[in-house]
Amino acid sequence: MRTELTVNGTVHVLEADPRTSLLDALRHHLGLTGSKKGCDHGQCGACTVIVDGRRINSCLTLACMHDGEAITTIEGLGTPVAMAPLQAAFVDRDAYQCGYCTPGQICSATAMLDEVAAGWPSHVTDDLEAAPDLSDAEISERMSGNLCRCSAYPNIVAAIRDAAEGTR
Amino acid sequence: MTTHLKIDEPDHRNRLDHMAQGTLGAPLDRPEGPLKVTGTATYADEWPVEGLCHGVLVRASTDKGRVTAVGREAVEALPGVLAVVTDERFLRNPAQGMAGAAPAQGPDRIAYFGQPVALVVAETFEQARHGAETLQIAFDRSDDAVLDLESDRAAVDVPPGKQASQGDLDRAMREAVHAVDVTYRTPGHVSAAMEPHAAIATWDDGLLTLRGSYQMLRFNRLELADSLNIEPDRVRILSPYVGGGFGSKLGISPEAVAAAIAAERLGRPVSVALTRPQVFEGTTHRSETRQRIRLAADAEGRLVGIGHEALVGNLPGEVFAEPVTQATPFVYRGEHRVVGLSVARLDRTCAGSVRAPGEAVGHTALESAMDELAVATGLDPVELRRRNIPEEDPSSGLPFSSHTMRRCLDHGAEAFGWHRRKAEPGSVRDGEWLIGMGMASAVRVNMVVEARARVRLTADGRAEVETDMTDIGTGTYAILTQIASEMLGLPMDRVETRLGDTDLPSGSGSGGSFGASSTGTAVYLACEALRRDLCARLACEEEDLTLKDGMAIAGDRRVALTDLLGGQTLTEEGHVEAGETSKKVRQATYGAYFAEVAVNAVTGETRVRRMHGTFTAGRILNAKTARSQCLGAMVFGIGMALTEELLFDPRHGHIVNHDFAEYHLPVNADVPQIEVDLLEERDAWANPMQAKGIGELGICGAGAAILNAVYNACGVRVRDLPATPDKILPGLP
Repeated sequence: MRTELTVNGTVHVLEADPRTSLLDALRHHLGLTGSKKGCDHGQCGACTVIVDGRRINSCLTLACMHDGEAITTIEGLGTPVAMAPLQAAFVDRDAYQCGYCTPGQICSATAMLDEVAAGWPSHVTDDLEAAPDLSDAEISERMSGNLCRCSAYPNIVAAIRDAAEGTR
Repeated sequence: MTTHLKIDEPDHRNRLDHMAQGTLGAPLDRPEGPLKVTGTATYADEWPVEGLCHGVLVRASTDKGRVTAVGREAVEALPGVLAVVTDERFLRNPAQGMAGAAPAQGPDRIAYFGQPVALVVAETFEQARHGAETLQIAFDRSDDAVLDLESDRAAVDVPPGKQASQGDLDRAMREAVHAVDVTYRTPGHVSAAMEPHAAIATWDDGLLTLRGSYQMLRFNRLELADSLNIEPDRVRILSPYVGGGFGSKLGISPEAVAAAIAAERLGRPVSVALTRPQVFEGTTHRSETRQRIRLAADAEGRLVGIGHEALVGNLPGEVFAEPVTQATPFVYRGEHRVVGLSVARLDRTCAGSVRAPGEAVGHTALESAMDELAVATGLDPVELRRRNIPEEDPSSGLPFSSHTMRRCLDHGAEAFGWHRRKAEPGSVRDGEWLIGMGMASAVRVNMVVEARARVRLTADGRAEVETDMTDIGTGTYAILTQIASEMLGLPMDRVETRLGDTDLPSGSGSGGSFGASSTGTAVYLACEALRRDLCARLACEEEDLTLKDGMAIAGDRRVALTDLLGGQTLTEEGHVEAGETSKKVRQATYGAYFAEVAVNAVTGETRVRRMHGTFTAGRILNAKTARSQCLGAMVFGIGMALTEELLFDPRHGHIVNHDFAEYHLPVNADVPQIEVDLLEERDAWANPMQAKGIGELGICGAGAAILNAVYNACGVRVRDLPATPDKILPGLP
């Protein structure tokens, strides 16, 4: 079926099987393989993309449900020669090893920092009314939907902190 | 030219300490990092291949039996479906590490629940997936499957090469002042690499190109060719980026052979990616273990005897047996010893290597038992270990090539603040949390395997490193680039490393922590040969040549490399093999872990609050990536201690928790900031670089530090891993 997606600022018209997940639309139809398929069940976060400003697991939603929406993938955040601050911080802090969960981590972190800036509390926020501070516990909690078997978690927290502080 | 080295003797020259570039060992960024963080590194199932169709495997839904019918016609009539492919060459079991030959084949005989039996290929992934879900397969089920490691019905092999004893341990136990005789159990674990196993097969003129996700390409090529009954020179495998392996991609898996067969039959490229449940069921997992550990000590806590007898499982006919007792023969003193390993034959998913096969679970159990001995003797756990460091390998009498456990224990204890620990369990409380500290030693055997690499010094003053070695996240791109940069005096950005292509010289592959030292040595040898070539042009001795920033300096001469090369490109190949050193010395890497945990006095939940690891592994090739390896391995230890556990249905042997919602990997919130300290060491016996493996050391005992901290926190000794709240709650004070 016909779906119009704006991906990283470019409009794509997709003629795809209605069963096509947003992730498979990106990977198979648009050639954007930066979004990864780690489980296809919404359990690992490797497929995280940003849809209309919110991070979602792109394997858990059908492409045709996003007709007319704006999607940002890892390819839309930066390039190897012009990395976004988070991407550069991930390299600097070695916040990855195999690199397979990394695009999902970075997309997730990008939207997560916006959530913190908007004042959204998390499970570990003590004062639900106050602006959350970006403690290690807050970053870890908010990033726990993105698995990393190489287990770069402490470095991921450090990279996100670096990027957040650099852009404040 | 090829420079060959068989490592029979130590190399005391330590040439790398005399190089000038200053890149080796430095905490440099991975050169491929910008590709990985921007989503532009190409993994197996991501190559833009014209005319690609998609295959989805269908698994057996019975534990043991035969396929009696495949409902091919109904599925082949579905829109877009191109074929339902079955073939006697399909793999029944995945290949083990370094097999180099086909594993068990023939999918019609079902050996375990989840075994792949057919492939549905369609124009689109959605059509193939629907076809696979629709395909009806009839089975004849045998009623004699053995599904429990400790079943009375299990046939148990006792491989003679895995049993050893000396002295009289039974008597030593009777006469010991302090004795511990305990049985530990560890559950099955999975590697759970984030990238599922996947392959794209393309045939061109009888030549197969397989873009896959594998760790050891030179073996994988032989396994694939043998499985397909074709010559190895008709197979090329490409794996430039591998989304994690941890043992599960040492050998080829069902998708490789299925994709190759389907692509040949259809005359089109075919992609086959395992689903996550298929990765759990159709690739290797770490066997569960039962380990009886006996420790006999004198009044001062010095061991006089050690027993370590383990039972593990695997499919009938599989040679791999989790080498649980691998480090026990040499890790601690004690003249009376029994080491044994038995293998129960089970009709369940294939067991194989998961990060640090052997020590990961074996040393973890031993270090938990050592903590029990510390309690029995009243000694501080660090002091108990200090007293039991042997002077020489107590089983073979061989000297140690280098021994650093004492340094690691002392450094780690100091860095962690171990002196603040209260020995009495349950004596520190923070609100509803009981706080405890625990420690354990780390040990992992060190080895070199055959490897080749080519290094080209090009006329424009750049270098190219080429080998079929893989980078599974371990940092191979970084460290091989650094070795060449250091040896040839070139900035990092003037060295390019190409990996993961069987057309390139055969590296060691990634496994057993031997990748960096083996393939790194091959690169070192090639660079050393290039240095000699340059010396011939400068008429100087190799020891007198300094290469730095593209300049060659010898005596009072200083020449740009490009001038010295005079428009020529020099090419050299290095080739290293293990030699006689294992008959002369015992080589290993060591470390120490310290952990602080909080156990909830109400729920029995355990949280790791702090963790510290001190390690040595000879020369550290990149301080940043080496630290990451240790850090990641310690997180594997957190998972092993607290959450990870394969659950097999006792009726059908299927894995009940075959996905990430139910098999609990540690997540970010489970992991505190972890400290890793790497101490300086040089081991001349290891290789000319004096570097040893580090990828697995950090898991070998890490879980014990946490379990021992749990005991210190609340007085509950968990001998059946993982330490989930249900096991802690009944024993809480």
